[in-house]
Amino acid sequence: MRILNSRSTRALTAAITVGLIATGCASDRDKDENKSGAKDTFVFGAPGDPASLDPALASDGETFRVTRQAFEALLEHESGGSKLIGGLAEKWSSNPEGTVWTFNLRKGVKFHDGETFDAKAVCANYDYWFNWKGTYQSSAVSYYWQTIMGGFKANEDKETPKANYKSCTVKDDATAVIEVFEPSANLPGGFSLQALAIHSPKALQEYAKQQVTEAGDAITYPKYSQEAGTVAGTGPYKITKWNKGNKEVALERFDDYWGEKAKVKNLVFRTIDTEEGRRQALQAGDIDGYDLVAPADIKTLEGAGFQVPTRDVFNLLYLGMTQEANPALKKPEVRQAIAHAVDRENIVKTQLPEGGKVATQFMPDTVAGYSENVKKYAFDTAKAKSLLAGAGASGLSVDFCYPTEVTRPYMPAPQDIFELVKADLEKAGIKVNPKPKKWNPDYVDAVEKGGCALHMLGWTGDFNDGYNFIGTWFAGYDKQWGFKNDKVFNAVKAGSLQGDPTKRTDLYKAANEAIMEYLPGLPLTSSPPAIAFGKNVVPPKVSPLTQENFAEVSFK
Amino acid sequence: MLRLVVRRLLQLIPTLLGLSVLLFIWLNRLPGGPASAILGERATEADVARINRALGLDQPIYVQYGRFLKRLLDLDLGTSVQTGQPVWDEFVLRFPATVELSLAAMLIATVVGIPLGYLAARKRGGWIDVASVSGSLVGICIPVFFLAQLLKGAFGEIFGTFGRQSTGIDATSVTGFAVLDGVLTGEFDAAWDALMHLVLPGIALATIPLAVIVRMTRASVLEVLGEDYIRTAESKGLERRVVRVRHVLRNALLPVVTAIGLLTGSLLSGAVLTESVFTFGGIGSFIRTAIDARDYPVLVGFIMFIAMIYVVINMLVDLAYSVIDPRVRVH
Repeated sequence: MRILNSRSTRALTAAITVGLIATGCASDRDKDENKSGAKDTFVFGAPGDPASLDPALASDGETFRVTRQAFEALLEHESGGSKLIGGLAEKWSSNPEGTVWTFNLRKGVKFHDGETFDAKAVCANYDYWFNWKGTYQSSAVSYYWQTIMGGFKANEDKETPKANYKSCTVKDDATAVIEVFEPSANLPGGFSLQALAIHSPKALQEYAKQQVTEAGDAITYPKYSQEAGTVAGTGPYKITKWNKGNKEVALERFDDYWGEKAKVKNLVFRTIDTEEGRRQALQAGDIDGYDLVAPADIKTLEGAGFQVPTRDVFNLLYLGMTQEANPALKKPEVRQAIAHAVDRENIVKTQLPEGGKVATQFMPDTVAGYSENVKKYAFDTAKAKSLLAGAGASGLSVDFCYPTEVTRPYMPAPQDIFELVKADLEKAGIKVNPKPKKWNPDYVDAVEKGGCALHMLGWTGDFNDGYNFIGTWFAGYDKQWGFKNDKVFNAVKAGSLQGDPTKRTDLYKAANEAIMEYLPGLPLTSSPPAIAFGKNVVPPKVSPLTQENFAEVSFK
Repeated sequence: MLRLVVRRLLQLIPTLLGLSVLLFIWLNRLPGGPASAILGERATEADVARINRALGLDQPIYVQYGRFLKRLLDLDLGTSVQTGQPVWDEFVLRFPATVELSLAAMLIATVVGIPLGYLAARKRGGWIDVASVSGSLVGICIPVFFLAQLLKGAFGEIFGTFGRQSTGIDATSVTGFAVLDGVLTGEFDAAWDALMHLVLPGIALATIPLAVIVRMTRASVLEVLGEDYIRTAESKGLERRVVRVRHVLRNALLPVVTAIGLLTGSLLSGAVLTESVFTFGGIGSFIRTAIDARDYPVLVGFIMFIAMIYVVINMLVDLAYSVIDPRVRVH
């Protein structure tokens, strides 16, 4: 307690005062240093941490956002679009059935660890994934491999899907041939996924030494996937550091990159998990850009001189109807009444950023397979009322779940959208019982289990194939929808089994028409997600698939 | 003294066991589970079932608990569902940040709070007294996240506002305590940068303990000032400084030390909001995402850990008590 004598107190006060003054000066100096150094470091505010530095083990967008800068797949999407173009394969082709895929590989490509990229490297990767055993076969680890290629060489669980991957053959250094057993709607789109991006074979050998393990009640990811240094791709950046404590992943320009080199030397992804935090960080100059901009912030940011480009729509928000949760929904007239009752134009006008669209079917108009000829349900309250009366469902009362504390790219303000839909339904005489739920996992879980008669959910596409949208929902019975209708299921599945892309597109169009005739739920809107950049940034082309290439970024 | 320590350590066992059972039952009764948290909108029923099986969540709760208890005895807290890394490693990685922040907050609260409370009592009714009493009332009432936002708005330009360090600071990690590491490795720029990042979240986190300490010190000093032995000391001509320090402060600080101990425990668990606002990469923000992701091993491990810290801090407070006031030792 002696520190509290008056002389010491005076000294301490003086020290604190001096400290505070020094702080002011020093941080001014720091800011200047940052300004001059800012030209070679671009900092992007990400909404969440990546799960792993090995994209093959991941299934989440935040991981892919980071790894996409360092790893390249055989195919890519055109910058700023959803069209498939060559990636590590300059050209590709398939047999008419879509079971044999030949890739003409790019020459002169190096991995970050100095290894050469060739057909052997491609096959080493695909064979490595195909031969995964044990915990790797858990869908929590190999979700995308299983989605695209089915199971493994030796499935260890009877619920693991049957393997569709047959083989990878090295024809010559620059030609790799991948064969599958059956045509799949997921090909060739799947070849562009980050989860199937190509790693250096030397690094793969290292990875194989460290296994994913399953101890107790969780999966432990191998050390290499959690620390920068081992992973090696061919991308314009290499991952140099993952500082988990400070929530940032640092990447550095790869000088031996085969294509146009990254314009900014250092790229940093910094996690700021609140929307408000990201906006403030951009305004304060701590970051140079961020994703998942709240539509309400767009005008404010633009007004202050920030750049807020919106991406092309590649998502869909729908009003789901779970027939088993409320028997009245089994009657087509009731579903049609709900469809006529909702004013979707109004949602677009009042809730979505510029570029938002009314959805007429369960995929946005940017996806191959979109049909102009689907049955449309115009906003008409009187018609809704008469349909309800005709079905003997006047005075219908229905539970309506909506998520709180979340924004999704396809659903910027769930509660506000819910209020609009609710008001419309009530105008048509439907009594709505609101059921707000926390998004994850309460809401998602309740919807999946079929516990919400009405609910709002959506999807952002992985690649440009109709099945990636309608196949997700209507390829078979699903508790979320709670109905069985073979006409719809078969129409959707038909497309996935067709190898010829043109014929497949026609089949998807037919499927969309069948779905909208049956009307399992109401497609509401497609929303263009916004992304924000600093005033002095030359932003990358924004991608409808949210696959921005940060090598395109530079400073003005 | 040793007996006291041993007795307290033994008390820890039934407390933690009971807590772990309650926690397990409670967490498992919550809707949803890690599977839907992992897969989100993409999950099909089969996916969820597969993941639950892989994570052992399809087994009866007592089996899961038994497994957890067995691991706990091996000092293994399990693996985080979110990150796929051992919970213990995750804590070790993030705990220094939270400790650093809590220490900064406690330092601010005590260094400012005790003198202020003392002055308020000495100058009872004066402007310092009125200002600190009303100020502490505001301090207790103001929501931490609101204050944090205010601080960011007002001083964000001067101090670091996001994270523990500025982007691009490539500091060597030795102990995990950023400020200390900077000093140890001679990277003074990094240490300074980390210190600056502690100022605003430190102040935000310090408000409630500061307010409590001011009020407690004031009340306690007032009480002691009215005691007969102070009058005796003063009347027998003892130097004023000696009376104030040896008699007034020493006796008045007893309840304050208890409060500081308990407040420190609550700081560690209460850093969640502050860390979230300042995206400070400590335990607090990790726990927030763990709640969202139904990351049971992390949540159970964290609450057990905090419980343990509370008990240990209580023990230390008792020990400190006996140092400040030797009479306690006699009882």
